[in-house]
Amino acid sequence: MGDNFVPTAADMTRFLPELILTVIGTLIMVLEPLTREENKSRLGVIALAGLVAAMWGSAVAAADPGTAFNQMLIVDGFGTFFRFLCIGVGILTVLASFAYLNREHANSGEYYALILYSIAGQCVMVTANELIMLFIGLEISSIASYVLAGYLRDDKRNNESALKYFLLGSFATAFLLYGIAWIYGGTGTTNLTEIHRVLTNRDIAPLAGIVGTSAALMFVGFAFKVAAAPFQIWAPDVYQGAPAPVAAFLSAGPKAAAFAIFLRVYLTAFDTIADRWQPIVVVSALATMIVGNFAALQQSNIKRLLAYSSIAHAGYVMCAIAAHSQIGTQAVMFYMVSYAFMNVGAFAAVTHFARQGERYVNTEDLAGLGVRQPATAALLTVFLLSLIGVPLTGGFFGKFYVFKAALDANLVWLTILGLLNSAVAAYYYLRIIVVMYFKEPGDSTANLQPPAMGIQAVLWGSAAATLVLGIFPSWVLDYAGRSANLVK
Amino acid sequence: MPSAVPVSWYLILSAILFGLGVAGFLFRRNIITVFMSIELMLNAVNLSLVAFSYQHNQTDGHIFSFFVMVVAAAEAAVGLAIILTVFKNRSTLAIDDVSSLKN
Repeated sequence: MGDNFVPTAADMTRFLPELILTVIGTLIMVLEPLTREENKSRLGVIALAGLVAAMWGSAVAAADPGTAFNQMLIVDGFGTFFRFLCIGVGILTVLASFAYLNREHANSGEYYALILYSIAGQCVMVTANELIMLFIGLEISSIASYVLAGYLRDDKRNNESALKYFLLGSFATAFLLYGIAWIYGGTGTTNLTEIHRVLTNRDIAPLAGIVGTSAALMFVGFAFKVAAAPFQIWAPDVYQGAPAPVAAFLSAGPKAAAFAIFLRVYLTAFDTIADRWQPIVVVSALATMIVGNFAALQQSNIKRLLAYSSIAHAGYVMCAIAAHSQIGTQAVMFYMVSYAFMNVGAFAAVTHFARQGERYVNTEDLAGLGVRQPATAALLTVFLLSLIGVPLTGGFFGKFYVFKAALDANLVWLTILGLLNSAVAAYYYLRIIVVMYFKEPGDSTANLQPPAMGIQAVLWGSAAATLVLGIFPSWVLDYAGRSANLVK
Repeated sequence: MPSAVPVSWYLILSAILFGLGVAGFLFRRNIITVFMSIELMLNAVNLSLVAFSYQHNQTDGHIFSFFVMVVAAAEAAVGLAIILTVFKNRSTLAIDDVSSLKN
């Protein structure tokens, strides 16, 4: 511990993205009552500018890597990678939200401010080098997300989504905290590097029972946050009930950040007991894939289907975590990027055709989209093919690296069952494509307006990114590989 | 200073409180009671943190428990607001009645 508690200039530089996000978020809250009703979407433009500035801030912070605020935060390649990812998801979400909020007559500054705060929390999470910091980041992100999930407060579905997200999210946080308390009790520190040092030193290492209990309790917390079995029950209700752009955000941003802290804690602090947590992660990965895919087969609501699909994808990512290797970490990082683009893209398409009050959210409502709006249908097809894992899309290389990492770690059965699972998954994604192109156009697509500008931007941008990731995976993969080496 | 009560007793009490919180969360059917169970769990964690902190002769755990309280307060503010909107739209606080989602 340093004696000087005054933050240095270097500390502030390393904390730049969070600073920018909170300042711009607060600015939006101040401007909100001063803005006329019809000009509210300008606040969204400010939010976009803030997110771009935060991107720049992350790049500035990354130029001078190291720890900040007495080892509370660590700006390394890994953290910077996830900062970029979470901020990128934010940009896509804000772009997709303009049309949605106008349509629901719910345009207001809070929405954009909450997104910025949530992302600030995620940026703290992914660079946290300390369990206290990690907890605070997680809560900043979560509390903002609870409100976002119930944003339309007169909509019963939104209420229910927010309530379930809030109750189960807080329940999970309590488990995580109890785990933190136990590891603090065992080691006398909350710094990840220090915990690792204490656990590797036989003379001062605490009882195995204490470490194991703590790792198990924290696993419950993390599994809830990434929606891994057996703690995935909240995800379908929350994603189905939340506004479509918010569901896009929740399934990409907070989830990526949760995976980042999961990796960081288990590969630094709990690295020495890897042989004991590995089997648990393997079982959970397997259960997550199976539950997600088989439940998705029976869904007719497309938001709920995408929620179950996101559970299945969390299962694939868990395979790479179970590999417990640098290649595994690299695979998780690549997967989260490609997943963010394809999933946000798919949810943006849902936002577009759901229309006011989200009336059209069933798979059958897509009938004839291929004829009526060929471009939108083609872009949605790209996302769905990528979710299946068809070559030339980002999803293919994501799955490829995840299963390669699992194979390298001799998890042969997990890999085989994972591949069988992705075959099952192909069925429900292909069914959507079949409905779009081969069903007679019905009333649901009859008076569909062309997608709004913001949604167009998200659709085209995400589709381009998905294809680029599928054709030149090394652009992101090499960067991930260089950043996957966590400081122990 | 001789300690009258051994630290392990605090930890056992904390585990019991946490267990009660979990049980309340799982078996109670009123949203407010479920929310109170979560608060009970957080307070159980605080008790553990303070006990461990005392055992290590450090202040870190004490400070951490302040952070937990601050976050619990923020969570309560948002949580009660969410519960209020649910009550306004449904006029019920029974958790089983809040299940309109699914197919």
